[in-house]
Amino acid sequence: MNILGLAAIFIAASIIGYKLISKVPSLLHTPLMSGMNALSGVTVAGALVATTLAVSLHSQLLGVIAIVLAMINVAGGFLVTHRMLKMFKGK
Amino acid sequence: MIASVFNMTTLFLICGILLGIRLMSSPRTAKFGNLLGALCILGGIALTLIVNDIVSRELLWISMIIGASIGYIFALKVAMTQMPQLVALLNGFGGAASAIVAIITMIANPANLSSSTRFTAVLALAVGSVTFSGSMVAAAKLDRRISHLPVILKGHMCLSILLLVIIAGLIVTETLIAPGAVIWIVILAAALIFGIIMSIRIGGADMPITISLLNSLSGLAASIAGFAIGNPLLVAVGAIVGSAGLFLTQIMCQAMNRRLMQILTGREVSVAAAQKEVTLEDESSPEEVITSEPVQRSNQLSNEDLAAGILRQASRIIIVPGYGMALGQAQHQVKAIFDKLQQRGKEVLFGIHLVAGRMPGHMSLLLVEAGVPFDKLVQMKDANQKFSSCDVVLIVGANDIVNPAANTAEGTPIYGMPILNVTEAEHVIVCNMDTSPGYAGVGNPLYQDSETITLLLGNAADTLGSLMQKLD
Repeated sequence: MNILGLAAIFIAASIIGYKLISKVPSLLHTPLMSGMNALSGVTVAGALVATTLAVSLHSQLLGVIAIVLAMINVAGGFLVTHRMLKMFKGK
Repeated sequence: MIASVFNMTTLFLICGILLGIRLMSSPRTAKFGNLLGALCILGGIALTLIVNDIVSRELLWISMIIGASIGYIFALKVAMTQMPQLVALLNGFGGAASAIVAIITMIANPANLSSSTRFTAVLALAVGSVTFSGSMVAAAKLDRRISHLPVILKGHMCLSILLLVIIAGLIVTETLIAPGAVIWIVILAAALIFGIIMSIRIGGADMPITISLLNSLSGLAASIAGFAIGNPLLVAVGAIVGSAGLFLTQIMCQAMNRRLMQILTGREVSVAAAQKEVTLEDESSPEEVITSEPVQRSNQLSNEDLAAGILRQASRIIIVPGYGMALGQAQHQVKAIFDKLQQRGKEVLFGIHLVAGRMPGHMSLLLVEAGVPFDKLVQMKDANQKFSSCDVVLIVGANDIVNPAANTAEGTPIYGMPILNVTEAEHVIVCNMDTSPGYAGVGNPLYQDSETITLLLGNAADTLGSLMQKLD
């Protein structure tokens, strides 16, 4: 995808995301934040491709570190968000 | 063909994530929203593996399993009180991963990279590295491994600006003039140092803003890395996270009456003005309060009886928690008092300030964990309408967020900050550690016994525990 297409996606996602996030009540700000945190682990998709393309051992090692860190982010983030949201009970 | 399938699936996943966020707008549906988000990210990983035909690479699977297992352990082991530091830590990992993706992209194919790819890659490297080091410092502060007080170096501001100029200059140099590994390393180092000095000068109570900002940066880093590798999923999801962090940063700043730049560049406290205003408000000087500690102690007994009596007679009560509740681990005692008062047919609500605690939503999280139903948690705007018709406000470990000086003491750092107007209630009971000023450094006129204010000093958990006994 060319850079203009990506820029359009960036702008659209920012605006729609902002609109939706501003509807989240402050009650849920902590889970929102940890959930968003988990989403930023999406960079694992980039790390997977980059690691495969990596030729030198150094790059591969870096790739492995990136995958591990991003997966900690994804798994840890979503699970801990789930743990928190389970506690929100009404009357 | 494959490209269009990839793009359609990516679009589908992005919509799924947005729908998930939409579901986060209510506590009843938020859990499904989070699960949907998790499924979409899993889908994104699967799509990446399939489209690039790398499903069979064992190294990738092993790395993913290691990472997921560590994340799993983190998520299960962490106590709710440690949530701020976990969020900061995970933010940092996300930033680091994005920075590394950028580095590998540049190393893998240095000759054939277009200048736009190189530009986005070095930018992702810079933003990701700032996120990483800034988050690590924030996590260490929140975990009390290092002092939570702001650390200000000599020429802090100049150093920050210098580093930013170096980073910006090198990004331009790398893109337009001389690409090369040496420049990447210098950018990496400068960005790491910038992250550290950005975070160390931010104090404890400004942490909600810092974490929000770092959250935003971690998303931005992923998004820019997405540009570098031409991946629309990274670009979109990173952008969503970036705007989420930005939104939180904005509302936290509003709730603290601060500008983001003020926090990043350090507060300009006019201490003299603050003190002057406070003495107008508050007759007793801080020294007097400290030396009168033993007298306070004997007073405290009668104050506790007094407070218990007031609570017994009240019919509408609002509890206002602050960071002191989290610090003293008093949320369970608060819940016990809440239950007792409710059993006696009283209407009990919680007034929650946006920035109470060390991260957005901190107070709500602790109270909900202690078992308080979420519909009893009232946000500032609604709470402020209820104070005038309420008999007693019970403050637990809150200071700046209820300090009436914010409405009156012009020239002090908190002047103009939206607060919970607890003095509109008929009576205020204050359970705080001591009467020293809060983070903003402005004395609190509430910390004085009077006809309408009862002071209970000491560890909130202990104070509430004995208050409980008196209520029997």
